[in-house]
Amino acid sequence: MKNTKKKAPQRYFDTEDKQPEQKGESNNQNVEVYNIKITPGLLKTNKFKNYRGHNRRPMQKGKQNKKFEGKAPLAPEKLEAHSRGEGVGKGVRHPLHAAKLRKRERKITYAQEQAARAEILLTEDHGCLEVDEDSKTTAISQKIIADNVDISAASKIFELNLEFGPYRAKYSKNGRHLLLGSKKGHLAAFDWVTKKLHFEINVMESIHDISWLHTETMVAAAQKEWLYMYDNTGTELHCVKKMDKILRMEFLPYHFLLAAVNEFGFMTWLDISIGEVVGHYNNHLGRTAVMTQNPYNATLCLGNSKGVVSLWSPTIKEPLAKILCHKTPLTAIAVDNRGMYMATSGVDRSMKIWDIRNLDGPVQDYRLRSAPVDLEFSQKDMLAVGLDEVVEIYNNCCSQTTEKPYLRHRMAKTINNFKFCPYEDVLGVGTSNGFTSIIVPGSGEPNFDALESNPFQNKKQRKEAEVKALLDKIPAELITLNPFDITEVDVPTMQEQMEAKKKLLYLKPKKMDFTPRHKKKGKTQIARKKIIKQVARKEFIEQAKEAQKLLNLPEAQNTKKQSFGVLDRFVPTVKSRK
Amino acid sequence: MSKMKIKVISRNPDDYLRATKRDIHKLPRNYDPSLHPLEAPREYVRAMNAVKLERVFAKPFIGNLDGHKDGVSSIAKHPSRLAVLASGAFDGEIRLWDLAVRKCTRNFVAHEGWVRALCYTPKGDTFTSVGDDKTIKTWKAEVQSPDDEEPVNTLLSMSVVTGVTHHRTKPIFATCGEHCQLWENTRNEPVKVFKWGVDSLHHVSFNQVEQNLLASCASDRSVILYDCRESGPLRKVVMELRSNALSWNPMEAFIFTVANEDYNLYTFDVRKLKQPVNIHMGHTSAVIDVDYAPTGREFVAGSYDKTVRIFESLKGNSRDVYHTKRMQRLTCVKWTLDNKYILSGSDEMNIRMWKARASEKLGVLKPRERTALNYADSLKEKFANHPQVKRIARHRHVPKHILNAQNEIRTIKDKSKRKEGNRRAHSKPGAVPFVPERQRHIVKEDE
Repeated sequence: MKNTKKKAPQRYFDTEDKQPEQKGESNNQNVEVYNIKITPGLLKTNKFKNYRGHNRRPMQKGKQNKKFEGKAPLAPEKLEAHSRGEGVGKGVRHPLHAAKLRKRERKITYAQEQAARAEILLTEDHGCLEVDEDSKTTAISQKIIADNVDISAASKIFELNLEFGPYRAKYSKNGRHLLLGSKKGHLAAFDWVTKKLHFEINVMESIHDISWLHTETMVAAAQKEWLYMYDNTGTELHCVKKMDKILRMEFLPYHFLLAAVNEFGFMTWLDISIGEVVGHYNNHLGRTAVMTQNPYNATLCLGNSKGVVSLWSPTIKEPLAKILCHKTPLTAIAVDNRGMYMATSGVDRSMKIWDIRNLDGPVQDYRLRSAPVDLEFSQKDMLAVGLDEVVEIYNNCCSQTTEKPYLRHRMAKTINNFKFCPYEDVLGVGTSNGFTSIIVPGSGEPNFDALESNPFQNKKQRKEAEVKALLDKIPAELITLNPFDITEVDVPTMQEQMEAKKKLLYLKPKKMDFTPRHKKKGKTQIARKKIIKQVARKEFIEQAKEAQKLLNLPEAQNTKKQSFGVLDRFVPTVKSRK
Repeated sequence: MSKMKIKVISRNPDDYLRATKRDIHKLPRNYDPSLHPLEAPREYVRAMNAVKLERVFAKPFIGNLDGHKDGVSSIAKHPSRLAVLASGAFDGEIRLWDLAVRKCTRNFVAHEGWVRALCYTPKGDTFTSVGDDKTIKTWKAEVQSPDDEEPVNTLLSMSVVTGVTHHRTKPIFATCGEHCQLWENTRNEPVKVFKWGVDSLHHVSFNQVEQNLLASCASDRSVILYDCRESGPLRKVVMELRSNALSWNPMEAFIFTVANEDYNLYTFDVRKLKQPVNIHMGHTSAVIDVDYAPTGREFVAGSYDKTVRIFESLKGNSRDVYHTKRMQRLTCVKWTLDNKYILSGSDEMNIRMWKARASEKLGVLKPRERTALNYADSLKEKFANHPQVKRIARHRHVPKHILNAQNEIRTIKDKSKRKEGNRRAHSKPGAVPFVPERQRHIVKEDE
């Protein structure tokens, strides 16, 4: 307990009123004696106090703090979303480097915080679908949705009845344009928002797959024999005969690579900016028509008939990784946008979710009514599953088990493929006779980044973005499982360098043998080989000796034998240490 | 279906399109990392592009000032005006220049024989020149009347004078030659003479921060420190070869750098002369002159190998090297006081202007331009240690004679290193000690 009464500090001018306390030893009147022993510690603390007192403003307590409590606190999960990983921490010993690192990490955390705070500036809200507790979201049909949303949104529900057989559909990267290609050769591209047709042709051949290239002015179509490229008026630009009989195609936008797999299992990566094939080899998996790309690291995921999913990059001719997902042939694969989860489905009517970063899992294992035709993740991680004539959309099915779908849409025609439209709450389904567009509330990312992909861009902006993207084209060699490999320290080569440096000072440069070599006539091939072998052996032995020397050097110096003169022979021999 | 809430993304195009053609485009941003995949490789590619562009734009040469009829022997910066420069030549002529228009404003013959050194007074209204004719002349910086053409003051020295430097605030200046002499502007005799048993000094320089301190380079391979309040010199350090010039760090008063005959520059701490703080290597011939940037973080050196090199004061290798086909042996270099340009005078009668940062854009930068450059700079810093980035950033094209000389020096160094290693390996442990490079070039320190 403190004293309840606070004593006023004594001042020199008070001393006249108050009688100084008489102590036994104090002889000189009116002079107070403080017996303080000055120690270095005391000096230091006093100095520190003075310093702080001098520099600091008076403490701001009470009113001012209540008025403004600093910046609003940030939710930890928001910070986590913008995190670039944990810092190095206390791994650095040297104080200078540690200080530099601290400074840099402060900047990084500041950037992270600012990015998280900038979320307040996002203008659009994401879509949602909420119903009473006693009713189900699956009961809500597209008609109900169309009745309850505004006209412009309702116009996103439409259906195209086309007659040229099963259609495949793909959206462009900014989600504004749609490309349709049919088995019977019908190829059409249009702006699906304004429904403005770019071109519509029949190539008079079967089309197996289609893909947008880096802008909406160019498309690629894998036809019966070769790969063709068309511009936005339907003019044929290229016929790429290096790529034949293609089954599936994926375009990697940041690498400008058109990746394809053909009927015989040959995989090809075509750099469309320079027209060069950067990778071409056989995957030895046989015919595989199940392919998708992992947008997180731009690897290709191939699913084969044995249930194995393998990941491929253009420069390495073996799979980067393999996972046995099902015991039956695979029907579809999908990878989510952040590269966290992979969904696979087999003929055995099961669907599994995998943690693709750790190649771990399955995280979830679902059993479906029939084998899915196609799988697709949306930008907000909803999973669309195509079951013959029904599309089911699951929400939150990766990290937790969901019992029932979020939405269900039944069509009177079989599904061929489907894609979620980027930056829209729309799922486009290519069917056996046409194309159907349905609304899935909450599936798309509401706020686009205009410098990344802009649905509202005009011609000039598109040209500008094309140039920028070409400048930032990532070389094909950088496709690895972990895209952050490039920022990590190359440890083994650093070790090699250090060792090379250490050796350099001691080693003599090898003596060159300048004597002319006479042809060894008469000696047989075998004899010559023997000589070569002998020389190699000698060299090896010498090297081994050197290494031995290096290893033994410190020991030999340390142990000096004590000499007993004549009696040396009685000293027991020490066994060599291991 | 009593209660139901359905919300779908529905964008109003008016919020995303500009209203008129004169308007700027609307660019909404979203920094969510999942919308920006492959961040690391993209940044790497950008860093590569940035470092390549830096080399593309590296055009450091701005222009030259010609007019001298003999090689340029010395130049002096005006203390307060950026556009004014004085230069002296081997034929005794002094020229004053206007750097903004690159024109000579005034020229006159000042000395018989060389103009050894020039220096402005701190106010900048006069400048002093010393020549081979043993005279120290003070001139008006600006001419209003014909009388101003004549020297304001002429001092006769008993011995030859090779260098001059002015005190930062007091009306004192120091010259060197046979001895280091302190003069006052009003007197005809030196106020003080510092002697330390040497035959001649060839460069002297006042410290601009610790104003009473000055240092000089002597031909007996030593660098001598003086205090103008004391009666004798303070200390000296003797090196293996002689030093040609000396420059004080304008930000750290106790640091100075000397340009040495042995192709290197040495940065010393005044408090500990026994060992230089740093050795700056790179030149392939004797270094003639050195001058610090006003920030004290970099300095420029001119050499007899016909190149100018820029060093960071804490690093051992040069940051950049400048050369042209026509530039001959350098005699003097200066870093301008706005930290943007470098001036070099050379044997073949020209003074050249260079940018201090080779790829910098001159003139006003627009805000977007500046942010783009800042972004590029931080990317370059982030990926500086990647082999490709490093290779591109480090590569400099040098003339063949430099390249050959570099290879030769490298061979010599390797050879001596190897020899020493062998000697160490074959002699008694400890008989051949490891001597750090920094201690090798110092003979002794005297007090």
